Amino acid sequence: MRPFDYRRAGDVAQATAAAGDATAAYIAGGTNIIDLMKLEVSTPARLVDISRLPLHRITQTQDGGLRIGAMVSNSAVAADMAVRQRYPLLARAILAGASGQIRNKATVGGNLLQRTRCAWFQDISAACNKREPGAGCAAKDGPNRMNAILGVSGHCIAAHPSDMAVALRALDAQIEVTAADGATRLVAMDDFYRLPGDAPHLETCLAEGDLVTSVILPPPTAETQIYRKIRDRASYAFALVSVAAALRMQDGRIAAVRLAFGGVAPRPWNDPAVEQLLIGQPPSKDLFVHAGEALVAPAIGHGGNDFKITMVQRLLAAVLREASE
Amino acid sequence: MRLILTVNGADHAVDLDPRTTLLDALRHDLDLTGTKKGCDHGQCGACTVLVNGQRINACLALAVMHDGDEITTVEGLGEVDHLSPLQSAFLTHDGFQCGFCTPGQLVSATAMLTELHDGWASHVTENLTETLTAQPTSRAEIAERMSGNLCRCACYPGIVAAIEEVVVRSRADREAAE
Amino acid sequence: MTETLKLDGPSREALLDRAAQGAIGRGLDRPEGPLKVTGQAGYAADARLDGMVHGVLARARQTGTITDHRLEALKAMPGVVLVLTDGIPRNPAQGAVPTAPPAADGVAYTGQPTALIVAERFEDAWHAALAYDPQITPVAHDLDPETAATVETPEDKQRADDGWQDTWDAAPTKVDVTVTTPSLTSAPMEPHAAIAMWEGDQLTLRGGLQMLKFNRKSLADALDMPVAKIRLLAPYVGGGFGSKLGVAQEAVAAALAAKQLGRPVSVVMHRRQVFEATMRRSESRQRIRLACDDAGIIRATAQEYRVSNLPGEAFSEPVARADRAFYATDKLKITHEIARIHRMAAGSVRAPGEAIGIPAFEMALDELAEAAGIDPLELRLKNTVEADPISGLPFSSYPLADTLKAGAKAFGWQHRPPRQQQEGEWWIGQGLASAIRGHFAAEAEARVSLTAQGAIVETDQTDIGTGSYAILRQITGEMLGLDPADVEVRLGDTAFPPAFGSGGSAGAASSGTAVLLACRALRKRIAASLDAAPDDLTLKDGHVIHGNRRTALAQIVPQEGWCEQGHVAAGDISDKVRTTTCGAMFAQVAVNAVTGEIRVRQMHGTFAAGRILNHKTATSQCHGGLIWGIGMALMEELHHDPRDGAVVNRDFAQFHIPANADVPPLSVDFLDAADDWGGPLGALGLGELSISGAAGAILNAVHNAAGIRIRDMPATPDKVLDALDKLGS
Repeated sequence: MRPFDYRRAGDVAQATAAAGDATAAYIAGGTNIIDLMKLEVSTPARLVDISRLPLHRITQTQDGGLRIGAMVSNSAVAADMAVRQRYPLLARAILAGASGQIRNKATVGGNLLQRTRCAWFQDISAACNKREPGAGCAAKDGPNRMNAILGVSGHCIAAHPSDMAVALRALDAQIEVTAADGATRLVAMDDFYRLPGDAPHLETCLAEGDLVTSVILPPPTAETQIYRKIRDRASYAFALVSVAAALRMQDGRIAAVRLAFGGVAPRPWNDPAVEQLLIGQPPSKDLFVHAGEALVAPAIGHGGNDFKITMVQRLLAAVLREASE
Repeated sequence: MRLILTVNGADHAVDLDPRTTLLDALRHDLDLTGTKKGCDHGQCGACTVLVNGQRINACLALAVMHDGDEITTVEGLGEVDHLSPLQSAFLTHDGFQCGFCTPGQLVSATAMLTELHDGWASHVTENLTETLTAQPTSRAEIAERMSGNLCRCACYPGIVAAIEEVVVRSRADREAAE
Repeated sequence: MTETLKLDGPSREALLDRAAQGAIGRGLDRPEGPLKVTGQAGYAADARLDGMVHGVLARARQTGTITDHRLEALKAMPGVVLVLTDGIPRNPAQGAVPTAPPAADGVAYTGQPTALIVAERFEDAWHAALAYDPQITPVAHDLDPETAATVETPEDKQRADDGWQDTWDAAPTKVDVTVTTPSLTSAPMEPHAAIAMWEGDQLTLRGGLQMLKFNRKSLADALDMPVAKIRLLAPYVGGGFGSKLGVAQEAVAAALAAKQLGRPVSVVMHRRQVFEATMRRSESRQRIRLACDDAGIIRATAQEYRVSNLPGEAFSEPVARADRAFYATDKLKITHEIARIHRMAAGSVRAPGEAIGIPAFEMALDELAEAAGIDPLELRLKNTVEADPISGLPFSSYPLADTLKAGAKAFGWQHRPPRQQQEGEWWIGQGLASAIRGHFAAEAEARVSLTAQGAIVETDQTDIGTGSYAILRQITGEMLGLDPADVEVRLGDTAFPPAFGSGGSAGAASSGTAVLLACRALRKRIAASLDAAPDDLTLKDGHVIHGNRRTALAQIVPQEGWCEQGHVAAGDISDKVRTTTCGAMFAQVAVNAVTGEIRVRQMHGTFAAGRILNHKTATSQCHGGLIWGIGMALMEELHHDPRDGAVVNRDFAQFHIPANADVPPLSVDFLDAADDWGGPLGALGLGELSISGAAGAILNAVHNAAGIRIRDMPATPDKVLDALDKLGS
């Protein structure tokens, strides 16, 4: 770890004021940033401890949704009865990730902002445009079975590792951000993450000093929520691919559906065209195959991860089948 | 930085480089070497400690962030001639071989029992909306909840059997008390 | 006095059969257990010595010649007290080698540690180690075993029986199967660690080491100093599995740095270094051809192997031996190729050879059974042998057929064609494989002191989780008629008599025999004091029963106690019989037709390894091997970057070992019977038996479940889906 200056923020204003430049970073649970600081992939000169900010509550919103404070631990979200009853997808996604220890420490805000587990991003001796813009991408021609197939660019094929964020995407969550000037704004999950393009080091819409303060869930609109994840071992492993679905049937047809995908893209992936293709249709094997084909039409494999193209289609079809039964 | 680390009920005033992890502070500065460093990146669970009753990986925690927190390490669970029920059960069921991951397993299992008691769900819990406390705890539940603690000797059968015994016994004790 | 025994014939100890004390064989708890469950057991990195500083090994990022270590800036970094580059070995020494680990000549593999940074605090040393970036003139090397320019075929590892081709051609049923296994790694939970401290010219080193007798000599050679001036301490070792057989970089570097600084130095490898700079199990390509006659008897066997290692390494994964077979065959052909490449060094990983060789062979047998239309259990039973068909040597004991029958019954084996059982998305199936592993015992010494309070056992044998503390206590208790609780076992200190160490599953049979011999000498002392013949004594519960007199040992043993040594030496048993352990393993698996995930639902093993000294610790070791089989079959693989040979997935998040949730209920039985040739104990090696075939049982079950043969391990979901697609399902 590079030496850094440590400050504990007493309130949100103190936090955003202390973190208002490029050399500063927030630390909450620390499960990802400490990992990366040890490898010196992250080298903040100032670490602003936000773990004791009063953002530890899960509350009802006026419209019947939920507001989850950014400092709520992943465990606490998954244990919350309101979440378990009304947003089981979110609880399922969280419980499918990491370990009990990590979920206790990791926060909702931190989980959203976790960095890719791409092997070359984590290796300071390797070429990585995300870590060092312009350095190149060692993943493209390497053993890249964990890397992304959708939304990638010639500069970066890193996959976003979160399970929780995939669920939040399918649940149409919004993210509340407080800026250094105290202004608060809501950002849709769709607008929160950037695709790598030619600047893979820029991952979100957040500006310096911006602090994620809450995640807001709209009232649930679908009766059936499913999260499925394929991984190399039964527990404590990142997704090869995952699918989150929130689906409502009416009169034998798919009335509403929100889908999100993990392990396949630099951000929790979604494709409105795939959802549109399903809405209003009676469930059928052909329909699900068609949806899968549409999903992966823009996919690009890089050898080691080609298998994800068929794997995600199979998993999508299985999830849709189960959700529409 | 100066801070107080409260470990196993005792306060320790230390002066630490902010880079020092809770794990290294325990091992290097407090000489509490029961907590092990297996990977230093939250990937094995050997460093599991309790912070305010919850299990975490001490390698992924900065000591300065835990000023004033109640920390429990394996040294705080029991003593050689006064073992905790879990420690005894690990002995009986041979829940370890080399013993290196064992402190982490035991601290983790200790917290896991609380999580079960509090009705937390897991990846293998079938019904999220029912409280678990009313149901028997399956082998699969224990295995999933203990999957954050790797064991290369692969003593998982003994670990699960030991925890199962304690779960059953503590449930029986509770019912007898009620 | 030293009681000695050379192992050159049957030498079974009758007292163990009588088991008057009832200590031998029982599933006693590990005596060191209370220390382990309370965090009090001190492993290599746990000592806290006055003035101790922390060293971190630093890696070279590419292969080639180091033209400039660029140390000036490093030396100026905060807290750094020493940067050391000379004398750090290229890679660890191989097992049971008394010479220094190989010296470095430039950077032979990506990630090789070529510097040690020592600082007052670990944080400073770690930070400086990451800044280490030597100037290297790159040298291009072969990295791929399949295309390597240098491929060695040592003569003594090849075999081609005359008439093999004719026998093959004439056989009605044959299979030609190629199985590949990737680079694998021991990954003990304790990273390699050493704390070195000098007092004058005397070095004390606390290390994570498996074989202290050899390690001491090896370290002395590396440091160019007398063996007697080195004391190694390894009372608790956090797993080894082969990776700590030989002295590694951290031990040499810690000793060198401690000498230069005049302070104790602790060097603990980072987990990434354990993955990329210790030892891997070589990847393998195994082509196995089997031909059987109409009765299902194997007539021709060909095993062609390619493995790899760094240039200069004498070790190569011994997948098969050219002088032996373990099933019937008339003609045998063995090809063993060693590709010289610049991936990290290859060495012993739990059951070198058999761990990957038996699963592949057992997978080929499964295919032969299918081709011949025979129940795979039946095929094995038809081809079990009483004597080695190649060397003609009889087996000392080799109850493979008995383990197969007993295991099949315990598991509920039922032969069914593939793809018969489905539960939702899951195909369910069963598979089996034999477990086969060679046994040997080696020279070992031990000292046992008997006092009125009990006995103390001392030897430099290690307990790496294997149960040495437990079984040596039980052997002593049985031989001296003591409650095992009254026996204290002290291990892992070269101040004690030298044992073989923990390697090749030989620890129990070797050090256990030495302890037994010392106890025999003590029995002679007891007998002499009573003017009796040792064989006429019964020792039980701290008393001597002679004739119809029962006397407390405390009344016989003098105040100062008696101390005796035992010394066992390897003889020529291997010229007379083959000593082999065996077993049968059964798996039930579920294969998900949608996701390609495989879940093992149940495993059973019935094993025969002579006398079982402690049923509890033996069962745990067998569990371990079965679970390693799950890992090998389903998930374990080091990915080498084809561009530089580097281990890409060098952490526990990317290299998956089985987690608790991967492990189903396991059951283990033993055919517990002393082997007359297994020394006085009658015990054969056990620690590596159950991995030697386990992956084969699982992958055979995968075929039975879903009709797919995954011959390229591990069977990750992507490969399963690919195979299912090719099958058209």
